Amino acid sequence: MNRSIAALVAGASALLLAAGCASDKPTATATAPGASASAPAVAASSGTGEQSKFFVQADFDAELAMRTQDAEGPADKPWEQAIAPEMIDTAKYKKDGPYHLCFSNAAVNNPWRQVGWKTMQAEVALHKEITKFTALDAEGKDDKQISDIAELVGQDCDALIVSPNTTATLTPAVTAACPKIPVIVFDRGVETDCPVTFINPIGGYAFGADGAEFLVEKVPAGGKILALRILPGVDVLETRWSAAKVSFDKSQLNVVGVEFTDGDAAKTKSIVSDYIQRHGKIDGVWMDAGATAVAAIEAFEDAGQPVPAIVGEDQQDFLQKWKDGGLTAVAPTYPTYQWRTPVIAALKILKGEEVPKRWKLPQPKITSESLDTYLQPNMPPLHYALCGCEDLPDFPAKWGGK
Amino acid sequence: MRALRSMGPIFLVLAVLLVLIAAANPFFLEPAGFLAFVKRAAPLVILAAGQYFVIVSGEFDLSVGSLVTVQVVVAARLIDGEESATWWVLALLIVIGLLVGLVNGVITTGLRVPSFITTLGMMLVLSGAVFLWTGGAPRGALSETFRMFGRKDLGAVPWSVLILLVMGGAAIMLMRSDFGKRLMATGDNERAAGLSGVRVNRTRILAFVISGLAAAVAGILLGGFAGVSAQVGQGLEFQAITAVVLGGVALGGGRGSVVAAMAGALTLEALFTLLNLYGISGALEYAVQGVIIIAAVAAGAVRLPFKRVARA
Amino acid sequence: MTERTLTSFSLRRKVTGSTLIIYLALIGVLLIGWVLVAVDGGNFLTLETVVGIQQRSAALGIVAVGQTLAILVGSLDLSVAYLISLTSLVAAEIMAGQDSGILPAVAAVIAVSALIGLVNGLVITRLHVHAFIATLGVALIIKGVVDHLYDGPSGSVPESFQRLGYDRLGPVPVSALLWAAVAVAAWFLLRRTRLGYRIYAVGGDEEVARLSGVRTGRIIVATHVLCSICAGIAGLLLAGRLGAGAPTVGTDGGYDLESIAAVVLGGTALAGGKGGVPGTVGGVLLLAVLDSVFNQLEVNAFFKDVVRGVVIVAAVAVYARRTVRRRSR
Repeated sequence: MNRSIAALVAGASALLLAAGCASDKPTATATAPGASASAPAVAASSGTGEQSKFFVQADFDAELAMRTQDAEGPADKPWEQAIAPEMIDTAKYKKDGPYHLCFSNAAVNNPWRQVGWKTMQAEVALHKEITKFTALDAEGKDDKQISDIAELVGQDCDALIVSPNTTATLTPAVTAACPKIPVIVFDRGVETDCPVTFINPIGGYAFGADGAEFLVEKVPAGGKILALRILPGVDVLETRWSAAKVSFDKSQLNVVGVEFTDGDAAKTKSIVSDYIQRHGKIDGVWMDAGATAVAAIEAFEDAGQPVPAIVGEDQQDFLQKWKDGGLTAVAPTYPTYQWRTPVIAALKILKGEEVPKRWKLPQPKITSESLDTYLQPNMPPLHYALCGCEDLPDFPAKWGGK
Repeated sequence: MRALRSMGPIFLVLAVLLVLIAAANPFFLEPAGFLAFVKRAAPLVILAAGQYFVIVSGEFDLSVGSLVTVQVVVAARLIDGEESATWWVLALLIVIGLLVGLVNGVITTGLRVPSFITTLGMMLVLSGAVFLWTGGAPRGALSETFRMFGRKDLGAVPWSVLILLVMGGAAIMLMRSDFGKRLMATGDNERAAGLSGVRVNRTRILAFVISGLAAAVAGILLGGFAGVSAQVGQGLEFQAITAVVLGGVALGGGRGSVVAAMAGALTLEALFTLLNLYGISGALEYAVQGVIIIAAVAAGAVRLPFKRVARA
Repeated sequence: MTERTLTSFSLRRKVTGSTLIIYLALIGVLLIGWVLVAVDGGNFLTLETVVGIQQRSAALGIVAVGQTLAILVGSLDLSVAYLISLTSLVAAEIMAGQDSGILPAVAAVIAVSALIGLVNGLVITRLHVHAFIATLGVALIIKGVVDHLYDGPSGSVPESFQRLGYDRLGPVPVSALLWAAVAVAAWFLLRRTRLGYRIYAVGGDEEVARLSGVRTGRIIVATHVLCSICAGIAGLLLAGRLGAGAPTVGTDGGYDLESIAAVVLGGTALAGGKGGVPGTVGGVLLLAVLDSVFNQLEVNAFFKDVVRGVVIVAAVAVYARRTVRRRSR
């Protein structure tokens, strides 16, 4: 009996020891409320932790500049537009149709990828010259995607579209595929420029800055900001936070906490409730992705407090809440219409037409002025408004709408 | 002190954790603060109570996490924002939970498939089937009435705390009934129980059905608390089993009390809260959790005669 | 002496039945897949698909061989997935892109994984913690450490070592040869060595084994060390495939539950003492061929999960039925 209690006490003290160790290290998690309140003059740099090792100043500057550049291309089709394109010749890939397109997909394991995948399938169906479209789903496994790419290269594909599961680890497989077949990469990149074109929207820095700048503008100096991130270490998410951090550090805002939610609604709601309880009032919420924005809003509702300025994304449930509650909000986007572009690019390449080497798509943000354009009450709650799919066949039923 | 000891080590650990939380966050000592904690813990405590019945009968239920996801996704699609649909959908969810438990139980006892495999298969089938049905992502919306149970209060007390009290009370009564004794006997020594007239298979099936029911209720509470999400149930099966084991219940069956299992779930939730309060980085939280689980079980095991488990 | 001959005699009778079933099922799935894909207008058994099946199954196959040992002794190992992530990082960090780093990296991976196996085994035998909880706890600890130290893919594997992941001899990839080597070694261990017989004895009935003089604790610890080393080898292979170490490669692959599923699919009893490596190899191949058929037919990922779940439960139900019948005879 005594032994068992001793073991438990040992366990508990191990926990406390760990707690002690971790608080010495300057981590990104919550700072003690007293510490930041007692030093408002340096609040600018306190609370946001160290800058991410993923931060690259040149990329940051380039992305922020791109936000104000006009994109070239048809005005009503943002997925065909490109910002500051450097066109390259593709004559060597020219061949006659019909075409067999192949696609190695990282996964369809979240609503964003679901909306994108349906949009891509619909885009393929638009083009009669594509007689065969082979798609393999890697189910979020790097190893399977490597095999998938090898298998697709072995088939008689005319072009290969890749949406990599992770950047570094898919590089060897893509490098091996490039000499055999024209490769188009989109969404996340790879560490080689051998693909004919790499397509994605402006990027994570612009996304993060859009939200943070909105809070800096709307929340009075000294206001308490809670930053919610999904998880550390994912490059596309790290860039979002590192850009927001730059904005917050320059401002008079007080970032009282940076927490990880795992993208889990229940956990998000619990974290926000805890912060409301501990700080009495939170003046702004920044998020690196909008999937759990509604849960964060509900935490304020349930605490009987007005919802402060908040950053979400273009999911319908958030837009609906925004409209119904007349919130002070902004929704940066990472548009799902980018899933249409690779198919269009593949056809251009196979017809020998020029394409941009780096195909940068515009990345609009939804503001209270443009909210009504994007709110579609007939669509499911987790549908992404910027799918660019409204003109495609079988809309809205294929996307789950009514 | 002596009273605490006789109640089992888990209560001591829980008490220590609660004191530490209160030291860091005085609001925890107010009724509202404490109730908020219990409300948050309620789904896991209910899941752990259900899992207890399965574990004490000598089996596992790995399907509860995906069953919770199924509940929330099915509810959202069928209710689709219509208040009037709430009640029949709630009834349907309970039926789904019972049915999944029944299938788990029948396959495990009737076809003699180890429950680890039965419920692992069920986990794959459930999560695959529900998203096959909704086309990959949740659709539809929950109604206000549905969300009331996980989100709102009745007077000063959250609905989920009341539901937890009812479920917990029912679990304790069940374990004190004849069924509880038969269940314990089945888990302790199947053959002896069978020889003394216990219908072993029927008892086990009932344990799975109870676990399915608990998962249904937990799903209703979680959906109510935080709304529609595709990953609401992710990892809950391991948390529930961990909670039960933390409560000193032996895997392999025949030992441990349902109150201790529920206390194990509260302890786990208190541990998460505490790690959060002390600002331990998300990553190290897992390492601490791992150490504590092993330490707690080792502490419990030293007193008991070693009993090898993997019973199929 | 008698103990040994008796065990091996009864074993042979028990094992061949379920191993035969899994290979018959494998042939059946190959035939059905071939017909389905042909009807769909494709060609199932091309060089690429054959290579693909092997590439996809090599890592899981190696882990599953180790898991077979753990399950045979009556235990199981839920920490393999995180251990794979850890060892892929250890390998890639130590190699740091240099050929000279390969040997130290391999040695370090074996040492790290043996150590984790030792911890697993000692927690189970000395602290009397159920294997499920012990290995789950160790898994959480590894996860915490890896997530704390690494934010993403790290380290670099030299070209020469990447060949382990990409080269092939005719239709057989080097990774499949590695898997075959591990499987043959484990088969030899189980069938031809004293340790092997004792693993079966402990898994069959620990109490009886103890009474007949087997030091059961040591056998369980040794088995866990071997199981973890297999996971380490899989981590090396995956580092070669990815060209770097990755903190999520093990969990994304679901190697913990999937390896257990493959082992029981191959006819090894979860309670221990019955089954073997040939069945596991068949089980892994069956899952890989199913995957390949689904790939060719472009079946929805969610439908795949449903089929996998049903196949696993159905297979184990069939084995259980046979055992019951034999017993009643």
